[in-house]
Amino acid sequence: MKEKVTIIIFSNDLDKVLAAFNIAIGSVSMNMDVTMFFTFWGLNVIRKEKSIKKPLNWMKRMLGLLNRGGADRLKLSKFNMLGIGTSMMKKLMKKSNMPSIKELISLAKESGVKIIACNTTMEIMGISKQDLISEVDSIAGVATYLATAKESKINLFI
Amino acid sequence: MKKDFTLDCYGLLCPMPIIKVAQKFKELKIGQVLELISTDEGVKQDIPAWCKATGNEFIAIEENNGEYRVYIKKLKD
Repeated sequence: MKEKVTIIIFSNDLDKVLAAFNIAIGSVSMNMDVTMFFTFWGLNVIRKEKSIKKPLNWMKRMLGLLNRGGADRLKLSKFNMLGIGTSMMKKLMKKSNMPSIKELISLAKESGVKIIACNTTMEIMGISKQDLISEVDSIAGVATYLATAKESKINLFI
Repeated sequence: MKKDFTLDCYGLLCPMPIIKVAQKFKELKIGQVLELISTDEGVKQDIPAWCKATGNEFIAIEENNGEYRVYIKKLKD
């Protein structure tokens, strides 16, 4: 049986998400099965740029205005400098032939990485199924994570 | 060095060379040798580690002016 790797993506910082995807795709290349759980801020990575279903609750709506989704919207955890730092980092990455987060998502998906969205976060933040990108395999909770993590050799929280 | 395929990963950084090697290895037959061309110094350690983890054979690495040529043999599917 193949060895398993489980990664929780809690953060939506560009740098951290980049590391998470590099490890995920690297693990697949090393012949391991990878599951990525996206929770809390990390959920933004697998959200569409525009939310399709607006929540009814006004606080969820407010949050939706401030907390925008989409892999292209991620910022650096340091030196964001109102977006200047992030855009420079993206340019540098491109110069070094590094794929963007969007490209990494499709690369991960193509190589068989399982992408799971956290249902509690979706409920709290008022994010519907239609707001998630098509690459998402399923929506699940902590039991699914623990069951997978129990069998995994490598377990990361990013 | 005898080789069946050449994979050009010039200018690509980690983890891209490993990903490309893993993808290419799916197409190879057992016993065939892949030559990887890379400018990423990480391959010196990463390719032997990848071979160990996947059960393939690391044959040799040649370094020439910051360019690496790595030879790997496929041992199993």
